[in-house]
Amino acid sequence: MSEFVQDGNLGHVDSHEDAHDHHPNFVNRWLFSTNHKDIGTLYLIFAIVAGIVGLALSIHMRLELQNPGLQYFKSGQAWNATVTAHGLIMIFFMVMPAMIGGFGNWFVPLMIGAPDMAFPRLNNISFWLLVPAFALIMLGLHTGDGAGPGWTLYAPLSNSTYQSGPALDYTLFALHLAGVSSLLGAINFITTIFNMRAPGMTLHKMPLFVWSILVTAFLLLLAIPVLAGAITMLITDRNFGTSFFDPQGGGDPVLFQHLFWFFGHPEVYIMILPGFGMVSHVISTFSKKPIFGYLGMAYAMIAIGVVGFVVWAHHMFVSGISVDTRAYFMAATMIIAVPTGIKIFSWIATMWGGSIEMKTPMLFAVGFIFLFTLGGVTGIVLSNASIDQILHNTYYVVAHFHYVLSLGAVFSIFSGFYYWIGKMSGRPYPEFWGKVHFWTTFIGVNLTFFPMHFLGLAGMPRRYPDYPQAFAGWNYVASIGSYIGALSVVVFLYVLYRTFTTKERLPANYWGEGATTLEWTVSSPPPHHTFAELPRVR
Amino acid sequence: MDGTMQSFRSAALTIAASFASAPAWAQTVGAPRNWEWSFQPAHSPVQASIAGLHSLVIWLMTLVTVFVAALLGYCIWRFRASKNPVASRVSHHTALEVAWTTIPVLILIVIAIPSFRIVYFQDRTENADLTVKVVGHQWYWEYQYPDNGDVSFTSYMIPADEIKPEEGQLRNLSVDNRVVVPANKNIRLLVTSGDVIHSFFIPSLGVQRYAIPGRTIETWVKVDGPGVYYGQCNQICGTNHSAMPIAVEALNDADFAAWIISAKKKFAQGAAPTGGDVQVSEARQ
Repeated sequence: MSEFVQDGNLGHVDSHEDAHDHHPNFVNRWLFSTNHKDIGTLYLIFAIVAGIVGLALSIHMRLELQNPGLQYFKSGQAWNATVTAHGLIMIFFMVMPAMIGGFGNWFVPLMIGAPDMAFPRLNNISFWLLVPAFALIMLGLHTGDGAGPGWTLYAPLSNSTYQSGPALDYTLFALHLAGVSSLLGAINFITTIFNMRAPGMTLHKMPLFVWSILVTAFLLLLAIPVLAGAITMLITDRNFGTSFFDPQGGGDPVLFQHLFWFFGHPEVYIMILPGFGMVSHVISTFSKKPIFGYLGMAYAMIAIGVVGFVVWAHHMFVSGISVDTRAYFMAATMIIAVPTGIKIFSWIATMWGGSIEMKTPMLFAVGFIFLFTLGGVTGIVLSNASIDQILHNTYYVVAHFHYVLSLGAVFSIFSGFYYWIGKMSGRPYPEFWGKVHFWTTFIGVNLTFFPMHFLGLAGMPRRYPDYPQAFAGWNYVASIGSYIGALSVVVFLYVLYRTFTTKERLPANYWGEGATTLEWTVSSPPPHHTFAELPRVR
Repeated sequence: MDGTMQSFRSAALTIAASFASAPAWAQTVGAPRNWEWSFQPAHSPVQASIAGLHSLVIWLMTLVTVFVAALLGYCIWRFRASKNPVASRVSHHTALEVAWTTIPVLILIVIAIPSFRIVYFQDRTENADLTVKVVGHQWYWEYQYPDNGDVSFTSYMIPADEIKPEEGQLRNLSVDNRVVVPANKNIRLLVTSGDVIHSFFIPSLGVQRYAIPGRTIETWVKVDGPGVYYGQCNQICGTNHSAMPIAVEALNDADFAAWIISAKKKFAQGAAPTGGDVQVSEARQ
């Protein structure tokens, strides 16, 4: 796809840049950073920390659910607060910072041959808004009985009568800050991608990861303001006597659901599209083949993004929307399976005829394709408004969205991590431990989430700290799985330790002929400033 | 010898005793079973139709998943670098791309046609024999019978320490007052809430609608035989979300008529609060 020549000699460019490289002190480099690579690193560290916190919350929950009865939580409200915080942390502070802030910042400028992001200072504040936001989420969890309306924040449970005290206000303000952060990031990415591509890199030559970030940025740009409006109304309902969502004042709880899911459904594509992009690169690199059906892949992402905005009420099939509306949203939802299918089969076709090496990034990428397919087909089951009448809000839904997120999105993040950690750090990861990490993760998450399909079919509602005896068996299995999943994170931390303590160093393109995008032309790690002379793409 | 006789007799007594309590056991019970891995058995036409469609969908989806897994496995094995050192450069195949766009569309159409039919079937009943109004509260259900002199009562979960397993009571599912309906009759359900959103959810009957304050949502059910059918609140509603189960008892006509008369006495004034303070409007359908 993108073949390129760099003006002048590569090694020369590097040494030339080194000569002009400035060496900021610690505070200037990491607190006032305007460098896309440093900010990307900050995002990745942040995502790992937040991911460990979110995982700790989920292990706390699995301990509770391992046996019937209330054992580890002091009340249902404490449970609800943990459920809420787990969801919000994993979405806003783990998946999004890792994919968009971390890999997006690191590799979008490198892949399009730009020296940095379009607005470096905006980039800095995007990151630093997340830190107080995360602190506020933790305050929301620990203040009083905690903020426990679920991550969906449905009114009236989220109004001041039923979530009294400041806890939920902290959480809502955290979402505002995280929203501003995402919005500024989205503006930055759109401007960068439209204006700073290297000469010759047309949109149709742009690497698929850049395409995925571009589509994601547009989804953020259009979805986040709707969430901001909804939670602003919620804040004024809670604190300033308005009644947007309170029927006693003429408001409407279902309006909140519409607003929330108009944001919430594109949000789930925001969490998976960058993963699609990363997986495309990994599959292509380790098959030593150009990606199959490049244009189809790019336009499938655009189609998913566009259709993703007109399916939101499939989250509301039992909210009393009319039968014709249910029929429409069911049909629209099913249509998303078509571009998704195009992507799945194009990845397989990329592998077909390739020369495949199953290194750790490829293991995670192939695992992603399989598990995302599994999560996708249960999505088709749920898209049927008829069947959803009995699966809505059950553990089947929990299983479905963890298959596409906890297994889909997270597998793609790990795939990208192992693919690029050598580029980012200049050091190789330990291949053996990478594979151990893959297999413990694969076994752990499947053991955790597959039995949840059974629980949901049998009728176990979600967000329950205690359940009837009949659900005990599969819950026990799921809890055991989650402990294996937690162990896999320990293995991951060991991989990090080994990577950063190794004395080995990597060349610019350590994956060889399969790795064809621009980031493989600069040294590993890249110099502080790259592409001071723009590369030229043929 | 005597001892053996005695233990034999006590065993016989235990068996007899369990038969004595048989009426509570013998009836149909719509509840999850240990290691349940699919739907609970269907006890209404709606749930039967959902289960039927689900079998079709799950077979198609299993085939898709197995197909994808098989392709991935084949590629990994057949095109491994040691066996296939030189990769092909093929990156386009129009016929293939058309195929994997159109075949999924066809599969979706096969699913969607019966699904649409069921969506409309499960919406509401034209000719209701009885209307039951369901009001969700933190954390109990209230049932009203507007066709029967406004019989109204509340239904609370039986706490775990008061559960009597010997009577067939189930922890976290059994309630003090079941909502009683006639079997084989079309029941119109009007669901609303007095405080936050709840969800009225009975898996074996294929019933689920949110209970939303400020609006009343209509659905229906026809229970296919006498029995007890359990459900649970299915929308997060505060600290006791998991402690407001639903128990529906279906009776034959004569028993139902007798129950209504006794209920009018049992739940006479003062016995249970009514939901009269809740302002509700008809659902915007």
